[in-house]
Parts: sequence; C-alpha cells; structure tokens
Amino acid sequence: MSMGEKRTVYMDHSATTYVRKEVLDAMVPYFTEHFGNPSSIYHIARDSKKAIDMARAQVAKALGAEPDEIYFTSGGSESDNWAIKGVASANLKKGSHIITSKIEHHAVIHTCEYLEKNGFEVTYLPVDKYGLVDPADLEKAITDKTVLISIMYANNEIGTIEPITELGAIARKHKVYFHTDAVQAIGNVQIDVKAQNIDLLSLSSHKFYGPKGTGVLYIRKGTKIDNLVHGGGQERRRRAGTENIAGIVGCGKAIELVTSDIEGHNKRIRALRDRLLAGIVAKIPNTHLNGHPGKRLPGNINISFEFIEGESMLLWLDDEGICASTGSACTSGSLEPSHVLLATGLPVEISHGSLRLTLGDVNTDADVDFVLEVLPKVVARLREMSPLYKGGKNGGCNVQ
Amino acid sequence: MYSDKVMDHFKNPRNVGEIENASGVGEVGNPVCGDIMNIYLKIENNVITDAKFKTFGCGAAIASSSMATELVRGKTLEEAWEVSNKAVAEALEGLPPVKMHCSVLAEEGIHKAINDYRKKQGLEPWEEKNPHPHEHEGATCDH
Ligand SMILES: Cc1ncc(COP(=O)(O)O)c(C=O)c1O
Ligand code: FES
Repeated sequence: MSMGEKRTVYMDHSATTYVRKEVLDAMVPYFTEHFGNPSSIYHIARDSKKAIDMARAQVAKALGAEPDEIYFTSGGSESDNWAIKGVASANLKKGSHIITSKIEHHAVIHTCEYLEKNGFEVTYLPVDKYGLVDPADLEKAITDKTVLISIMYANNEIGTIEPITELGAIARKHKVYFHTDAVQAIGNVQIDVKAQNIDLLSLSSHKFYGPKGTGVLYIRKGTKIDNLVHGGGQERRRRAGTENIAGIVGCGKAIELVTSDIEGHNKRIRALRDRLLAGIVAKIPNTHLNGHPGKRLPGNINISFEFIEGESMLLWLDDEGICASTGSACTSGSLEPSHVLLATGLPVEISHGSLRLTLGDVNTDADVDFVLEVLPKVVARLREMSPLYKGGKNGGCNVQ
Repeated sequence: MYSDKVMDHFKNPRNVGEIENASGVGEVGNPVCGDIMNIYLKIENNVITDAKFKTFGCGAAIASSSMATELVRGKTLEEAWEVSNKAVAEALEGLPPVKMHCSVLAEEGIHKAINDYRKKQGLEPWEEKNPHPHEHEGATCDH
C-alpha cells in the first residue's frame, strides 16, 4: 500500500465534532472578560447571567420548547442519567417499571441496569433488522406501573432514526413520561417536543460543533423529576454547580447554527454519504449495510465487511489518515461486539467486521474519493490474511 | 496504544499464507472475542523449517501470529513448544493488558499445530498447558 502524502480525513463525527469557529468566537469572551459567577450580583456577573439566558433561549427555540424547560448539564451522559434516575425516583408511588430499547447508548442502558440492581424492573424492547423499535411492542410493554419510556431518537452506531412521533403519542395516550436521547439526532431532523409529545430530551453539545462537557436536558413543565446533582441553587434549583458559562454559550450558538438550515445541510451531507456508500458497495464484494436504508442519519454509514475484523481495519485506515470507528469486539474494552449490531440480529463475526463512517461539515468530495481509493485496498489486504476468506463470494460465512 | 514493533508486524506481517501439505496445522479460535487463527508448520527432522499463518482478528492478533511464526522457525519441536505467549508479547515489545489474550491465541496455535504433526506421526500429543486459553489479564468486561 502506498504511503504517499499524509492527509487526515475525519469521518467520525458521531464520536465528536470540532468546535465551529463562530462558536469558539462566541465562547472566548466568557473565559476572560465575562468570567463572573452568574450567581453574584455585581455587573460582570450580570453579563454571565445574560449570556446563559440567551443560550437557553437558543436551545429552547431549536426544540420548540420554552426557555424555562431547558437545563444545562455536563453532557449527554449526565442528561440521560438525570432523566432516568430522576423520573424513576420521583415517581416511585406510581411504580417502578421502565421501558427502553436494546440499542440505547450505554449512558441509558447502564443507568437502567443500575436501577434494576436497585429493584426497578426494566423492559428492553427489541428492534428489527434495521434497528427500528416497533411502536406496537412499546404499547404492549406498558403496564400501570410504567413510569418512564426512554427511546433514543437516532442511534449513534447504525444511524437508524426511530419513529419518535408515534412512540411519543403512545406514551402520551398511556400517560407515561417519554424521554428521548436526541444526542445524535439534533441538526439532522426537525425536533418539536410539543408536537411529538416528548417530556424529556437529552443533548450533548460536542456532537453538533459545540464544546465538550456541555449538555442539555429538556424537561417539560410539570414533569415530576428529582435532582441528580445536589448542591447550590443553579438552574432554578434543579442542577447544582457553577455554570460552565463559556460551554453554555457555545452550546447555544452551536445549536442555533446546526438547526438553521437542516434541509440544506442534510442534502449536502447525504449526497456525499450516498456517493461514498455506492462506491464502497461497487468496489468491495461481501458487504452488509447495517441500519435502515432510508431512515438513517444523513452522514452515517455502518457497513460490515465479511471475513475481516474491525480493529485491524481501523489501524490501517488510521495509517492512511482516515479516522473511523467499528463495532468489533476487539476494540470495545469489554471484548463484546456492539450490542446494537447484535440486537439487529447480525451474527457475531459480521459485527466484528463493521466499519462506521460518519460524515460531517468538514468532509468534501475529495475525502470521499480518498476513502474510496484506500478502503478497498485495506479490505483486500486483510482478507488475504483471513482464514475465513476463501477468495470468492461463496467462501466463509454467507450472510447477505 | 501499540508499540512500534507491534505496528511493524501488523503492517508488514511475516509469513502470511498457508503451507500446502503442511506437516501440522493448528486451528484455534479465541473464546474471549471470537477471533480465529490458523498456524501451518512444515517440519523436517524434528525442526520447523517453515511456518505460516492466517488470522481473523485485531492488530495484536495479527502481530502475534507474525511474531510467533518468526520465533518458531528454525527451532526444534521441543524448543518451539516452549515459546510462550509471554515470549511472543515480549518480542513485540509488549502488548496492552487487554490484548494479552491475543498472544495466547498464537501460543495455542503453535501447540495445536505441533500436536497435529505428532498425531499424524503416530506419536503421543504433548499436554497443552492452556486447555482453557483465556488468560483474562486485564480483559475484564466493564465499559
Ligand atoms: C446517543 C448518545 N447518547 C449519549 C452520549 C453521551 O454523551 P456525552 O459524551 O456528552 O456524555 C453519546 C455520545 O457518545 C451518544 O452518542
Ligand atoms: S483478536 Fe480480538 S482483541 Fe485481539
């Protein structure tokens, strides 16, 4: 393989994004000039307070919520934890049953598992081969003890977009709180918490060109929820801790930008993604697209290459300057393949060979060309080494 | 994450391929993460004159296969039997703890291939030290 000129092609925007220039510019003064603690009463503190109010309004507008339904947190994980633990403990009188899905982010799954250890009952809804939750399954799972339904808006690995409006309607009909982790969805789909009957919604600013360590939990007015972080009276006494003003300002600016032209953004990214996907499938035999062909995030490709393992693919791609990710067991830390891929019914060895490419604003046609040049060589090389690959379409495992 | 040596053996793996009519073949699977390694040995007068591999697995598994085949070439069967996964890992200038089990796969593959040969020769197979080859060093499951 040629080791020509070094370039970096970042195709892992679902892992995190860079901070946009406009976002950074908006943030900088809040590190230096306007550093005052918003809880103080002197004038420099008032600037901080105003900035937070403005960010709150920006987030509210993007979600179709009221500003006083927006709470800033330290990120998606905290928002998910707060929504689930907070609603669970505040509604014990009603019951202790929670419904979620098998393909949630670990911030939701591990939180639910924690609650199970503490006496809660959790139903993990299955998904179909595309990763879709069936609204009928949700309706069947609801009991009079169900206090919360938590289904992600769009999946971070396979990009599948769930039928949130239908799920929300079912939750409302049965008067059960409905939380959705929209960390991956924001900026890619039009969200309207009122019309969609969403009671709680999590966001994380580093997924939409804002800073890391800042997130949002939207809580519909009137929702019964306990605090997660106890302490000072910040965030209207619901989330303690001196505000990360610069982060919050960045989060507000970033969400304003990312929701200003969802259609235009999607069109551009989808065109790049579709060309990349078509090229991969044309150049490389024995592949399997994971996720839904149509109902998926515009920048997401998740594709398995039979006979090879994902980590070794990533190492080669990285060597060529391409940043991507995989659902292989060998990179998971726990040495388990992706729970999401397994939930779609994909065999373990095919999950092993999955590659996730998530495109974002920096990607260009030249990037797509570069990946299409490098990836087939990497796959061919690893297949040559694989005992499963018998050099033909019929060798090895024959999953279509 | 990986040493330069691992990356070298990963990017330029030695001895990839199969040996036709190999004297001994070791096919092993990794119970920890589900990977597969095949080791092929050519043995003449009790000496390993050629060793090749095919591996479906991570960078550490490929590098371990490459290094293990290098280490056993030219060795007598008795010497090759003593090439442990630790020796493979050390020759690679270390593996991350979570990846130590990948080198176990290489040791196992060599043992299986040697015993395959011994059986074909009508000899008693040697006792494998690692009937349950998951060495769980660091490979705990909690992320
Ligand atoms: C769907 C989803 N939820 C939650 C998170 C966690 O967000 P954060 O990293 O901000 O805690 C992520 C990020 O990986 C995610 O993709
Ligand atoms: S082969 Fe799976 S972690 Fe090394």
